[in-house]
Amino acid sequence: MAFNWFKLSSPASFYPVAGALIPWFAIGAAILAAIGLWLGFGVAPTDFQQGEVYRIIFIHVPSAWLSMFLYVVMAFWGALALGFGTRLSGMMAQAIAPTGALMTFIALWTGSLWGRPTWGTYWAWDARMTSELILLFLYLGIIALRQAIGDPRRADRACAVLSIVGVVNIPIIYFSVKWWNTLHQGASVKLTGSSMETTMLAGMLVMSFAFWFYSIAAVLARLRAIVLERERDAAWVAGLPEVRAAAGGPG
Amino acid sequence: MLEAQNLAARRGYAELFRNLDFRVASGSALVVTGPNGTGKTTLLRMLAGLSAPSDGEIRWNGRPVAPFSPELRSVVAYAGHLPALKDELTTEENLIALVELSGARANAGEIDSALDSVALSRRRSLHARVLSAGQRRRIGLARLILSRRPLWILDEPVTALDAAGAALLARLVHDHLDRGGIAVAATHQSLGLEPSRVQSLVLGETVPA
Amino acid sequence: MGGEALPTVAAATHATGDGAIAGVRWALARDLKLAFRSRAELGVQLLFYVIVVTLFPLATTPERNLLSTMGPGVLWVAALLASLLSLPRLFATDHADGTLEQIALSPYALEALVSGKILAHWLTTGLPVVLLAPLLGQQYYMEGESLTVLTTGLLIGTPILSLLGAIGAALTLGLRGGGGLLALLILPLYVPVLIFGAGAVDAVRAGLGATANLSLLGAGLALAVVGAPFAAAAAVRIALD
Repeated sequence: MAFNWFKLSSPASFYPVAGALIPWFAIGAAILAAIGLWLGFGVAPTDFQQGEVYRIIFIHVPSAWLSMFLYVVMAFWGALALGFGTRLSGMMAQAIAPTGALMTFIALWTGSLWGRPTWGTYWAWDARMTSELILLFLYLGIIALRQAIGDPRRADRACAVLSIVGVVNIPIIYFSVKWWNTLHQGASVKLTGSSMETTMLAGMLVMSFAFWFYSIAAVLARLRAIVLERERDAAWVAGLPEVRAAAGGPG
Repeated sequence: MLEAQNLAARRGYAELFRNLDFRVASGSALVVTGPNGTGKTTLLRMLAGLSAPSDGEIRWNGRPVAPFSPELRSVVAYAGHLPALKDELTTEENLIALVELSGARANAGEIDSALDSVALSRRRSLHARVLSAGQRRRIGLARLILSRRPLWILDEPVTALDAAGAALLARLVHDHLDRGGIAVAATHQSLGLEPSRVQSLVLGETVPA
Repeated sequence: MGGEALPTVAAATHATGDGAIAGVRWALARDLKLAFRSRAELGVQLLFYVIVVTLFPLATTPERNLLSTMGPGVLWVAALLASLLSLPRLFATDHADGTLEQIALSPYALEALVSGKILAHWLTTGLPVVLLAPLLGQQYYMEGESLTVLTTGLLIGTPILSLLGAIGAALTLGLRGGGGLLALLILPLYVPVLIFGAGAVDAVRAGLGATANLSLLGAGLALAVVGAPFAAAAAVRIALD
């Protein structure tokens, strides 16, 4: 049976699918996080240079990866919204931005908590932290732009243009460490091999998946709320049990 | 031939109109009327190619045209609410700039005669800042004269024009239709055209439920 | 009469090449003329740049070494601020008097017209900053190679500021929150330019040579020249929709 993906491309059809997927990803995220934290804080050995403090990378690195990954995905959906004018693409981009901003904030915050005992300062203007900060401002700018534009269609397209222009920042963050000799370690996780201790690596990868699953669940949940808001005049929305319950409530 | 099929427009969450169909043949005009807020300007901007309809299709000479399509940009002369003039430029400079923007070469003799037709020859070297609203509108009329475009989209063209100006506008539209042009105008003042050449479209009667 | 197809007036742009240059020329000529006629306003913005640069030593320290270290950063930040201040002039006035719609409906490619406007913006905003830099840099005891690298960096970087700024200016047309929103949107894009531009001078002082930083700026300029007119034109169409 060939699955017709295009059937999913309308807000009405995707809404229930998103609802069905959320519990799976939420539970998956919780399980993976439990495993990852156990590996990171329980199993992985103490780093002989940095002591116990280094363990914060099990949160810092996954959130940093997600912050970049989510931005690219958001730009991708924005490009679809711009190219094809589909409402669901615009809604997806709208749903991703806050979670992406959250990931960026977590990365910056844990990064600075790590920095204090390690380099003696909460903040250092090194390449990677600075460009991650720029990424946070990009997210905030996109969210602010969306708030400022009343018409949802214009907002979809304007935010799409802004996200696509900002995509240039992602390679800059990623390669910034190569271009400067700065406080950050060189990329120690390469795709073909790794110079890190195996359990540390496993912990980081598991936590990355945990963050990824959490992001999917959060984005889908937000997407459902956005769909309800933007499609509120549609007949199918009025017929939903949750909408009828809310409408039938007090007042 | 300008055609619209099943046209609909939304502004934000509000639907302005839907299921609009019309056909305007060369040599005729479409006059759009209706209360404020019913989407006259929105419709005209869609026909000019500035805005995309939320549903439906616009066709020029049988071919569908999208907003900002090159084809539409080479046939339309759009006169919106604002006269599109720069205060710091003179009457003549404004006219030349608009004509050149539409891709035409501005021949000095043609400029002179256009300014003459709209009674602005003596004001040609004045900065637009000091012109009255009616005079600014007349620069727009001069632009229409020189535009040589088959499709005129006019949004409230009679605004600020005095009786002589309004008569001039009516004459220009009349001549334009005679040459086989098409005019779409949102206005509640009569343009003095023969009823056989005019279609009327009243917005606000088909307000969606 | 009846339903026959009307003769379409042949577009003036026969080949894309002709049309593009003519479009750039129209926009450049018109915007330069307009700028010249409001040159008082331009003068004020340039004065703002000079004042900002001059205020820093007064507020911080007259100590030579400190000033010399701060110099590149201050001049770059001031250039950024001057650019931000002048961006509304790029599209907002045309939008307010209806000219922007006529520009968007022109048979000339909007990308070409926008490029002409951006070029005019740089010539009236960025270029004066570059020309004043050697003078103002001396207030910070900068000289010789530092000053050359600073000026070169500004020469490459200020066009990038105009190009990126145009995208932001077009996206925020007609929105509340105006200048603040514009700043929030473009500053993340401006920051790398600032870092490489000021960094070039630091590198030269550290004996590392400015080539790396200036090349990155150059690459940024190439990317911006190719991409920004398209992004800005798209943003203008979105704003007019």
